[in-house]
Amino acid sequence: MSSAGKLKRRITVTALIFIAPVLVYNFIFKIVPIFVSLFLSLTKFSGFGDARFIGLENYLRIFGDSEFWRAVLVTFQFSIEVLPLNMLISLLLALLVNSALKGMGVFRAIYYLPVITPMVAASMIWIWLYDPQIGILNFLLSLFNIPPVNFLRNPSTALHSIVAMRIWRGAGWNMLIYLAGLQGISRNLYEAAAIDGASSVRRFFRITLPLLRPVHVYVLIVGIISTLQSFTEMYVMTGGGPLQSTTTVGLLIYRAAFDYMDMGYASAMSFVLGIIIMTLSVVSFRSRQQKEA
Amino acid sequence: MKKNKLRTLLLLSLAAVIFGSPFFWMVISSLKPNAELFAWPPTFIPKTVTLEHYQSALTARGFSNYFLNSAIVSLISMAFNLVFCSLAGYAFARLDFPLKNVLFVVLLSTMMIPVQVTLVPTFLMVKSFPLVGGNDILGRGGTGLLNTYAGLVIPHIMTVFGVFIMRQFYMQFPKELSEAARIDGASELGIFRKIFLPLGRPAMSALAIFTFTQAWDDFLWPLVVTSDRSMRTLQLGLEVFKNRYTADWGPLMAATTVSVLPVIIVFLVFQRYFTDTALSSGIK
Repeated sequence: MSSAGKLKRRITVTALIFIAPVLVYNFIFKIVPIFVSLFLSLTKFSGFGDARFIGLENYLRIFGDSEFWRAVLVTFQFSIEVLPLNMLISLLLALLVNSALKGMGVFRAIYYLPVITPMVAASMIWIWLYDPQIGILNFLLSLFNIPPVNFLRNPSTALHSIVAMRIWRGAGWNMLIYLAGLQGISRNLYEAAAIDGASSVRRFFRITLPLLRPVHVYVLIVGIISTLQSFTEMYVMTGGGPLQSTTTVGLLIYRAAFDYMDMGYASAMSFVLGIIIMTLSVVSFRSRQQKEA
Repeated sequence: MKKNKLRTLLLLSLAAVIFGSPFFWMVISSLKPNAELFAWPPTFIPKTVTLEHYQSALTARGFSNYFLNSAIVSLISMAFNLVFCSLAGYAFARLDFPLKNVLFVVLLSTMMIPVQVTLVPTFLMVKSFPLVGGNDILGRGGTGLLNTYAGLVIPHIMTVFGVFIMRQFYMQFPKELSEAARIDGASELGIFRKIFLPLGRPAMSALAIFTFTQAWDDFLWPLVVTSDRSMRTLQLGLEVFKNRYTADWGPLMAATTVSVLPVIIVFLVFQRYFTDTALSSGIK
């Protein structure tokens, strides 16, 4: 064998050894579970003993399960409220921290701290802010003579209250992504536009926003994937209540599997959720390619 | 120009107040004696500062144990990620091999699988792990890896995002760097160990923080995989201070502060690496 061929083989062998652990791990814990889940979704299974094959019965049951569709609506509503607000606020933050001022690192760090705050801790902090009797938010409202709001225990405010917490927690992350996008836009474009007499507002809408399109799509897809799976904040802050107003699909699946030991049905629901998430992600991604073509 | 700067600074400060005040309120609340904690109108700067809530939180049943469990799980997850993600990220960025792009895309696309899809199967795998926790060779009869550290760390030890971060980072170096070393007769492992491992330090710092905080943050998996109080993690432990409708606010805010502290310390120490890496790997 030629020495070039030997080198090529040597590199291939090394690469395969380097990636093998990650590949094997992801095969066992990501790919295999899809098929296990698909199989379980066709059975009646309590987690103990044997699974009994029942065909498409679980999927037919989902079809007529108003609790499931209600949870789908709640999950969508949560997502639809969080995503645009989050994008808007994080873009504004990115524009602010992109200006050259001394001490900007401190501001970035403050906006970023909520991102690394564990979800349970963030939920606890906000439960305390929202407390109906002695919560600081109700105190601030009282300064404007607004009667106390029972934020988390009123079906018409509970979901919005969790939305506020999620935006607080998520904006810093998207801010960094937008910042990267902003820094990738060439200065020359702005200078040329300024010479042509374009106002700063016009420059923002004609240059900044369109050139950030890939970033918008990235932020949107990651946002879709994460908001549609939300579980922890609902579990901790409201337990899914009041009146199921914050019961997401994620919470419903957890309950079915581990409270009611109905693992076959939980798997079927998780499959439907997975298909919804993938469809929406692919559609968002396609929209990017079409616009660019 | 001056006026513009002032306006920016004002807006920045306003946003800082909004984003920072929940933390401020958490810390302030944890330091107030009960009489002041429940006072109306509330005091923004405590008149008396007390550590009694910290004392009662830290000595509460199980708290130190929960903290220790979280630390162990997060550190093990971090160590595994550092080793395996840097190896795989390096290979995907710098080595040529058949099916490289296909394998990478398959790996990346697993990030799209919702946690709920893998939850039940992973639980069953952990529960039916053969020959441990009283299980027979077919994984039947016992509890397998439920209520063990191994069971707790399993979903965290090799994150695809970690591979992605390392790959993005290693792609920026010129091809000549590896080729020169090969001509000098260095082995593949030697090239990685002597050249790229030291170069990768900034990305590995980010990876360390990332995987540590991710494992520290997790709630759903520990909830599923542990039933024994002695194996529960801090995020689950916070629930001890709160049931659905009431809470022991002072100790709860002290415990929450303590639960946030490790990630904040880690973040502040490595902040520069972290934001730089997030910035460069954010969009590609």
